[in-house]
Amino acid sequence: MKILRQKHFEKTSDTNKGHRGEIFSLVGPLFLWMLLFLALPLVYVIIISFLEKGIYGGVQMIFTLENYTALWNPTYGKVIWRSIVLAFWTSLICLLISYPFAFILSKFSKKYQGFCILLIMLPFWINQLIRLNGWSNILRDSGTINTILLKLGIISEPITMMYTDGATLFGMVYALLPFMVLPLNNSISKLDYSLIEAAHDLGASRISTFFRIILPLTLPGIFAGTIQVFIPSLDAFYIADVMGGGNSTLLGNLIKDQFMAARNWPSGAAFSVILILFTLIVLKCYTKVGNLEDLA
Amino acid sequence: MIKTDREPIVRLSGVTKDFGKSEVLKHIDLDVYEGEFLTLLGPSGCGKTTTLRIIAGFETPSRGCVYLEQADVTALAPYKRNVNTVFQSYALFPHMNVFDNVAFGLVEKKVPKPEIKERVEKMLDLVQLKNFGKRKPHQMSGGQRQRVAIARALVNNPKVLLLDEPLGALDLKLRKQMQMELKHLQKQLGITFVYVTHDQEEALTMSDRIAVMNNGVIEQIGTAQEIYERPKTKFVASFIGESNIIEASVTGFDGGLIELTAENGVVHGRGSGFVQDEMIYISIRPENTRYSFEPVENFRLRGIVKEHIYVGSIIKTVVALPNGQRLRLNQHPHSELPAIGSAVTVYWDMDKAVIMHTAEDTLYDLIEDALLNRPDLAVKQGRRAEGGKSF
Repeated sequence: MKILRQKHFEKTSDTNKGHRGEIFSLVGPLFLWMLLFLALPLVYVIIISFLEKGIYGGVQMIFTLENYTALWNPTYGKVIWRSIVLAFWTSLICLLISYPFAFILSKFSKKYQGFCILLIMLPFWINQLIRLNGWSNILRDSGTINTILLKLGIISEPITMMYTDGATLFGMVYALLPFMVLPLNNSISKLDYSLIEAAHDLGASRISTFFRIILPLTLPGIFAGTIQVFIPSLDAFYIADVMGGGNSTLLGNLIKDQFMAARNWPSGAAFSVILILFTLIVLKCYTKVGNLEDLA
Repeated sequence: MIKTDREPIVRLSGVTKDFGKSEVLKHIDLDVYEGEFLTLLGPSGCGKTTTLRIIAGFETPSRGCVYLEQADVTALAPYKRNVNTVFQSYALFPHMNVFDNVAFGLVEKKVPKPEIKERVEKMLDLVQLKNFGKRKPHQMSGGQRQRVAIARALVNNPKVLLLDEPLGALDLKLRKQMQMELKHLQKQLGITFVYVTHDQEEALTMSDRIAVMNNGVIEQIGTAQEIYERPKTKFVASFIGESNIIEASVTGFDGGLIELTAENGVVHGRGSGFVQDEMIYISIRPENTRYSFEPVENFRLRGIVKEHIYVGSIIKTVVALPNGQRLRLNQHPHSELPAIGSAVTVYWDMDKAVIMHTAEDTLYDLIEDALLNRPDLAVKQGRRAEGGKSF
């Protein structure tokens, strides 16, 4: 009996070993990829964020915490705060537009749903900068809207729309909307309609059913969508550049400027680390309430 | 048990439901009385679930009216009706624990918190889930979830409880047990149950009255005994239990008896309302069908014994008539069996046989075709739904 068990044990451990080799051969390339293109650059960024900047860009191999202490500058604080506020509004507006849209979409047949999703995705096969510049053509003082309104005599002076905070916000919402629609649609279309009927059956009005049943059950989608909009809108510097005309400096712009204009790599790296930490905190909060799979 | 002198608690009057071009319900008239256990029984697609959903308010009838306690609720939203539903899939709220699920309706009604606690706990006790309040639905077995669904509906003290195949997902043993529990619960609480099932045995076991539905029409409504012993249509006779159905024509009236000539012989029966040369069906249950080696008065139906099938409590003897039709005769397992291949006369107690018109089915279709072009005649159509097939 004992021998038998021993043999059995050996056998299983053998197969385990075999499995391990198999698993490594499958996961290995991915692991290598992540190491090369994610882990190493990240470590590199973290390291240079603790070094002194070189005179003509680059870094000097001297350890310092100055890059981080310099962040306690109220100017930077303002930029970070502005970024967060803008990201908040972008997320909220995207949510308010996408939720009803995704809800109506979920009522359609699967085939029609797929078609609508395709229509949403279609513009995103064109480069984002080109599309943003297209908007700039429509919105600027001598752009399509102002020209038409002036010609019609509705206004006597062009309305300034471009290069404002509003334009930046508009650009953000426009660029990031699909990232809200898709997880929401995913979450809402999974909603079991009989639960809504059950709530009605138990005397819950439409409003009450929404707040007690529909909202809690689609919360994962809301969180997933919010995160997918919130995080990119923190560092989408090109949107602020094109739409805000450099007037609205955001965290993303700050990082870009530190690297490009100021040639202060360590400072840019320190900002990046802060941004990454902030992102991780948001994600951590998310995993407390939602399911990471909904982000995919 | 059934207080027919009272006003019905649920009344469907001429309810018709179209989904696109298909007519799912064809002019349903149905009265349900307080405290009764009424079952809507029929094969899938017969319209029984749609009928239930119309009472609940999830579907609006295309034509006709729904009354709850004499009030017209046809256009009333489901959340304003004093009925509750036990869903086939249970539809428990996955993000709430058992207590909150059961309390849902009471919270909506703004019942004070201590009272909610008391009523929910009492109800959980009643369905034998006393210490399960903190569990989430996914942590429970099918039978337990079923009880939660029932408790969640009953805690609101509904006038009528609607149950849509509530035991469909349970295994046979648990289903039998829950049938009894549900029946006892209904008697104990005195709440009116409208129960949907396709399982005829379940319907016979639990119901005070059964409405047998087919193709969007109530073919017959009555007690289990009435439905089983006096089926009004061929469909009812064959859907509920087993029946030998013999097609014959009325060939004469002989005192109190009707002479019926089938393809394979002449038999006699009792009944009224039949005319000379009319085509009819004779329906006779296998347990009431007998055989004899000797000639039998009034029965000249001869056949050959084909096989005996032992099914435990009974033996089913199959007798083939000359035209190939096979009749089933239930025998006591210890009775002497006729030899296979022997010629026998098949007979039965005339009072146990049911003679049914056949023309109705075709007449029905004729009326229906006519009504498609003459909607103004629609009112007359209702008679056949309620009164079965007596013209």
